[in-house]
Amino acid sequence: MHDWHEIGALDEIPRLGSRVVQTPHGDVAVFRAADDQVFALRDRCPHRGGPLSQGIVHGHRVTCPLHNWVLELANGEAVAPDEGCATHYPVRQENGRIWLGLNNVVSLATAARETA
Amino acid sequence: MREKLVLVGNGMAGMRTLEELLTIAPDKYEITVFGAEPYGNYNRILLSPVLAGEKTVDQIMINDLDWYAERGITLHAGKEVVTINRARRQVIAADDTMAPYDRLLLATGSQPFMIPIPGNDLSGVITFRDIQDVHAMLDAARAGKKHAVVIGGGLLGLEAANGLMKQGMEVTVVHLLDVLMERQLDIEAAAMLRASLEERGLRFLMGAQTVAILGEERVKGVRFKDGLEIAADLVVMAVGIRPNTDLAKQSGIHCERGIVVNDTMQTYDPRVYAVGECVQHRGQTYGLVAPLWEQARVCANHLASYGISLYRGSVTSTKLKVTGIDLFSAGNFSGGSDCDEIVLRDQARGVYKKLVIKDNRVQGAVMYGDTIDGNWYFQLLRENTDVSGFRDSILFGQAHLGDAGHGGNNVLAMADEAEICGCNGVCKGAIVKAITTQKLFTLEEVRAHTKASASCGSCTGLVEQLLTAMLGDYSKTSKEKPLCPCTEYSHDHVRKTIREQHLTSLRAVFDFLEWKTPDGCHSCRPALNFYLIATWPGEARDDGQSRFINERVHANIQKDGTYSVVPRMWGGLTNPKELRAIADVADKFQIPTVKVTGGQRIDLLGVKKEDLPKVWADLNAAGMVSGHAYGKSLRTVKTCVGSDWCRFGTQDSTGLGVKLEKMTWGSWTPHKFKMAVSGCPRNCAEATIKDFGVVCVDSGYELHVGGNGGIKLRGTELLCKVATEEEAMEYAGAFMQLYREEGRYLERTAPWLERVGLAYVKQHLVEDGEGRKALHQRFLDSQQYAQVDPWAERASGRVDAHEFQPLRQVG
Repeated sequence: MHDWHEIGALDEIPRLGSRVVQTPHGDVAVFRAADDQVFALRDRCPHRGGPLSQGIVHGHRVTCPLHNWVLELANGEAVAPDEGCATHYPVRQENGRIWLGLNNVVSLATAARETA
Repeated sequence: MREKLVLVGNGMAGMRTLEELLTIAPDKYEITVFGAEPYGNYNRILLSPVLAGEKTVDQIMINDLDWYAERGITLHAGKEVVTINRARRQVIAADDTMAPYDRLLLATGSQPFMIPIPGNDLSGVITFRDIQDVHAMLDAARAGKKHAVVIGGGLLGLEAANGLMKQGMEVTVVHLLDVLMERQLDIEAAAMLRASLEERGLRFLMGAQTVAILGEERVKGVRFKDGLEIAADLVVMAVGIRPNTDLAKQSGIHCERGIVVNDTMQTYDPRVYAVGECVQHRGQTYGLVAPLWEQARVCANHLASYGISLYRGSVTSTKLKVTGIDLFSAGNFSGGSDCDEIVLRDQARGVYKKLVIKDNRVQGAVMYGDTIDGNWYFQLLRENTDVSGFRDSILFGQAHLGDAGHGGNNVLAMADEAEICGCNGVCKGAIVKAITTQKLFTLEEVRAHTKASASCGSCTGLVEQLLTAMLGDYSKTSKEKPLCPCTEYSHDHVRKTIREQHLTSLRAVFDFLEWKTPDGCHSCRPALNFYLIATWPGEARDDGQSRFINERVHANIQKDGTYSVVPRMWGGLTNPKELRAIADVADKFQIPTVKVTGGQRIDLLGVKKEDLPKVWADLNAAGMVSGHAYGKSLRTVKTCVGSDWCRFGTQDSTGLGVKLEKMTWGSWTPHKFKMAVSGCPRNCAEATIKDFGVVCVDSGYELHVGGNGGIKLRGTELLCKVATEEEAMEYAGAFMQLYREEGRYLERTAPWLERVGLAYVKQHLVEDGEGRKALHQRFLDSQQYAQVDPWAERASGRVDAHEFQPLRQVG
């Protein structure tokens, strides 16, 4: 089950850019592709924890600013041959507003793992 | 339904094309492969080591039968295609196996040439082409046959002779000419090679024309034109290869010496493509492996319907695969009246190197005994590099260029645990393992899989050596490398198009040059953004989303996601007011580290992103602006105190440094750009390792260009000497502008200068006064759009506010 949160308007995120949503379990990077599709990933690269929200967005991918890992926005998977995965979150758009789905159980578990 | 692709020929060229195709369009075709040999696909150029007993057949397999099955490819091994019905679009094998096609790929390779003389069909007369031939030779050796005669003293013949000798046979090499490997070697190198092979036990008959092979059923001997006869239990013909065109010819596809293809590897039948040794492209046929690789890449691109890649022919290089003999040859090694030759000959050490040079550019190379620098010379040749700057030491090799990295190491002699890539901690063993188990062929693949040479790149040469040693030279032979995988076009071509077509936006570039990706990638977007704003200042819009994060938020990202802030200190000067403001900012925002930089400024490290605008506002209030320590741009102008204070100072070096920095700050360049001004030849400001350095002397100012510290230390070269500060400023602006207009993105002035040559820069700046003034003026014109303090804009909250605030807080 997801708790849905309204996080803002599409216009507030630049095309091919990203904004951060702060949550109790850590930052979530919300991306807007050139085709106005919106995606959300945990703002930590699975490689060395780089902030994905600061990366260059291209197609439906983002390049981490620290060591150029490339991740799929749709599922957080690193593009081969790199291996790793950033948690992804569901996103909905309704009337120009963006809604972010946070699964409390999963994200708490993820947060616990990452702080451990 | 998927389209049907049929490949005829299970050799290296055809399979490489399939592998490339599967990478870019894995699901486009249902694929069927016909191979005349009853095996999977193997590395034919490694047959010589198999014959010599240094490798086994299993070790040279590229794809075993499982590989085909896993990819859903139907393999008909051991079935020879005899007919192509182009009207019905079917191929038919000798056993009547039929396969329909939508696209057909011919990779039928070549066959060895048999000299048309009596007896050439006797048992024991073979060629050296496939695994069967190798088995025949090994069988003869094991059966205790004594005498082998190899006809042909070329690359293949010598490798066959060496292998047979290692298997215990007495081998005579017969060659029609007086020079061995005459297509690759000059007389000197060929003589050294012959002496060395004779020492190992090979015998040579030079200038000998074979007229008959003697024997009843099995070969017994060979007769020459002068009447001489020698005994032979085995005769290997290695006098050349001929493209296999029979199948294509029968089917009515246009052939000359080979199957004629255009620059997209398409034959005269648009449904039929051809690659490899069977092909004739722009009048050339190729028997080496590197060109096949390029053809495969181009062909796959068109089979995948991308339609944007062209093959323009190849320059090739050769190595002899005989253990213990190092030999390298490339390009035009025989020279001509308009060429110079640089030669090193050391008979005792068995070393010979010759470079053929024309207009300071390498045309060809022949090396014997010491070939470590072969790849480097080949690279200089392909890239048409001006070598005037290091011509006097070029024969001593790349290590003599002052490479502070790993130049000159022999990677083969290194232990498996030896670290090759210092940035990412990758040792030799890991790279070797990745190349073999992951079946890697190119530098890019090794970088992607192991990260070796993927960071600073200083170990690239070592990784390339490893690849070459393990696989043969598969490096790209084209002169122009694509800008990134999103395009086939090079940096220079893209930039020329931006200028000539007056393109002023990324979208226009993507559309006009038919980019393969919808909006580029992290490599090409920053490059294109730079080319656009450098070519059309004030007109092209700077696209923040196409800049690396540091240039987008005007601070340096650190490993923990915080930022560092470096305010500008003109010419390295500061004062109590600025220092107090820096101290206050560090206290107020609890900045954990304050450090003096190498460029005579102060770095505030560990600033939180949301604090950046407030930090900048406080620094702005004390009169400080961005130091651009994060940018591919003018960084600092380092100075010494000069004639104001120093008892040795000859000019006001600090004052000139401040003027230079005021003129050039804010300008974007292909890579970072550093300057320095020293007040006397003691050079305390280290001006001779900067991109542009001024060394003051009593009579004026020496201007030095193209130096850098960093990965590969390089001292500057002296551009010229001028009398006044005004001239020094004009040269600085003109030099920066020439570099901005012609340097490739992420190419510093040092490699740029090595590429174009100091003479070229002198010609534009020193010899052409009008040209220099025009360059300087263009620099100044563009500065009116660049000299806006990015910190003040953002501290005001009017620019890019979204960068510094979270979108929302939830929960």
